[in-house]
Amino acid sequence: MTLAIRTTDLTKDYAVGFWRKRPYRALDQLSLDVGTGDVFGFLGPNGAGKTTTLKLLMQLTFPTRGRAEILGRPVGDVDVKRRIGYLPEHPYFYDYLTAEELLGGFAGMFGYRGAERARRVGTLLDEVGIGPERRLALRKFSKGMIQRVGLAQALINDPEVVFLDEPMSGLDPLGRREVRRLILRLRDQGRTVFFSSHILADAEALCSRVAILVGGRLRTVGSLSDITAFHVRGWELVVSGVEEPVLMRMGLMQRTTRIGEERYAIELPIDEPPDKVLSDLTVTGARLVSLNPIRDTLEDFFVRQVSGVDPPESRVKG
Amino acid sequence: MRTSRVVAIVAFNVFKESVRDKVLYNLVFFAVLLIATSLLLGKLTAGQEVKIIKDLGLAAISLFGVFIAIFIGIGLVSKEVERRSIYSILAKPIRRHEFILGKYSGLVLTLLVNVAIMSIALYLVLGYMSWTEAEEFKRAWDAPAADPAMLKAIALIFVELMLVTAVALFFSTFSSPILSAVFTFGLFIAGHFNADLKHFEGVVDSRVAASVARGWYYVLPNLAAFDVKAQVVHAQPVTAGYLGFTVAYGFVYIAMVLLAAMWIFSRRDFK
Repeated sequence: MTLAIRTTDLTKDYAVGFWRKRPYRALDQLSLDVGTGDVFGFLGPNGAGKTTTLKLLMQLTFPTRGRAEILGRPVGDVDVKRRIGYLPEHPYFYDYLTAEELLGGFAGMFGYRGAERARRVGTLLDEVGIGPERRLALRKFSKGMIQRVGLAQALINDPEVVFLDEPMSGLDPLGRREVRRLILRLRDQGRTVFFSSHILADAEALCSRVAILVGGRLRTVGSLSDITAFHVRGWELVVSGVEEPVLMRMGLMQRTTRIGEERYAIELPIDEPPDKVLSDLTVTGARLVSLNPIRDTLEDFFVRQVSGVDPPESRVKG
Repeated sequence: MRTSRVVAIVAFNVFKESVRDKVLYNLVFFAVLLIATSLLLGKLTAGQEVKIIKDLGLAAISLFGVFIAIFIGIGLVSKEVERRSIYSILAKPIRRHEFILGKYSGLVLTLLVNVAIMSIALYLVLGYMSWTEAEEFKRAWDAPAADPAMLKAIALIFVELMLVTAVALFFSTFSSPILSAVFTFGLFIAGHFNADLKHFEGVVDSRVAASVARGWYYVLPNLAAFDVKAQVVHAQPVTAGYLGFTVAYGFVYIAMVLLAAMWIFSRRDFK
């Protein structure tokens, strides 16, 4: 696997407290590999260390320990910066510049000039849905529009790796759908997308791989199917040709949902083998329609990972 | 090549932002108004009109220039950090010291345009005086109304403003806008009374206090050196040597302050 991002024991302590400064560990020995072409979801509850990781990758903060590389080179390298894009969480830009001017300036930093620069800016603003308002000062923009401008600036240099910190934040349902499409388009173009989110539906819809970060520590990393596939928490048995009194007699009514005429879905816990219930039912004349394992959703998995984590105070030392 | 390009882009953005900020227009408007008002004040003081106008005009250029330098300078970096606009910029192919250099150049460009506007306004007022005044009154003047020597005073005011901007930017790299304003304004005031620190042993008996004062004399900028308004107004010579030495001193001080600002900014964590 060619690596787009690699972090090794990446650790960040912040000093907290007014008079007596104490270190607060925001990120604890994060070791992570992200392959090129992945849409990688960096998940965790608020305060998990997602933004800290992204800031370390952008060298907006410096690590206390450990190292990080993007495209095989140390972070902060100007040549690396040419090949990446970054959307910060809750982006903010200059009040008195227009979207066109802002993007034009950023394009200039990557060496775009004249007509090529104007074309690049125009295409990107079209792509994120900013119309004639592109000539208005940014202070007149809504939060959602600023987020779109933020996305456009992250893509101004046609980046190989795109870092998006909570890209759906501040967007209405339509905007969220457009961003999802945009991320999928980036994936189809072979780009690596590394995005942080606490909205699991986004990750489920988009990611090939995810990492779950809790309390500054990496809890798990892997493909979405790997993470959820091994957590079968029960069985769903769909049968037809059976009547309610039979189900009642067998003590199954509490776990049964009627889905049609003499057709029922029965949920069985993982420790209750479905073959025994099935053979009992077939004796009464019931027919098996389907038998499926009930797997964890990412949300179930996430909640299980997050519960029982140390409260933030316990991460302050001294 | 790349450095100059990114510095120019940051500088041009600062310039555009400043030019569109209403605060700047207000300051320039009041400065021009003050220069124009000096015309009326001049009428009240028979025989001294031109001196009064030059005095007030140069003072207005200096004072309003300092306001612009401090009020925009203190927010140059700290506002970017507070509002997090810096995050998107530093992720682009720009080094942190280039960002500081761009910010500084942008504000210096803004000041240059403002000082130019105020100077043109002053010269227009003085030109009007010269045009309307009777010849016999003109003969009593120490120097012509639209005296080109005033450009020497304006040039030194501009270098002083560049220095104040560098100081404001320096504080802006690590403290809040309010603290930066207090520090910069304090340094501006102290800088004008710097010469007193050199001879502090004549004021106090304590040798320690005198040594500390002498130390501060070398650290603080000697801003009084940039003030040649009185000499120009009273047609006393300001030599090319003095001008050159003072400008060189200003540039060296600016370079030191900017290097310190870059050093601090390059190591800063943006939480």
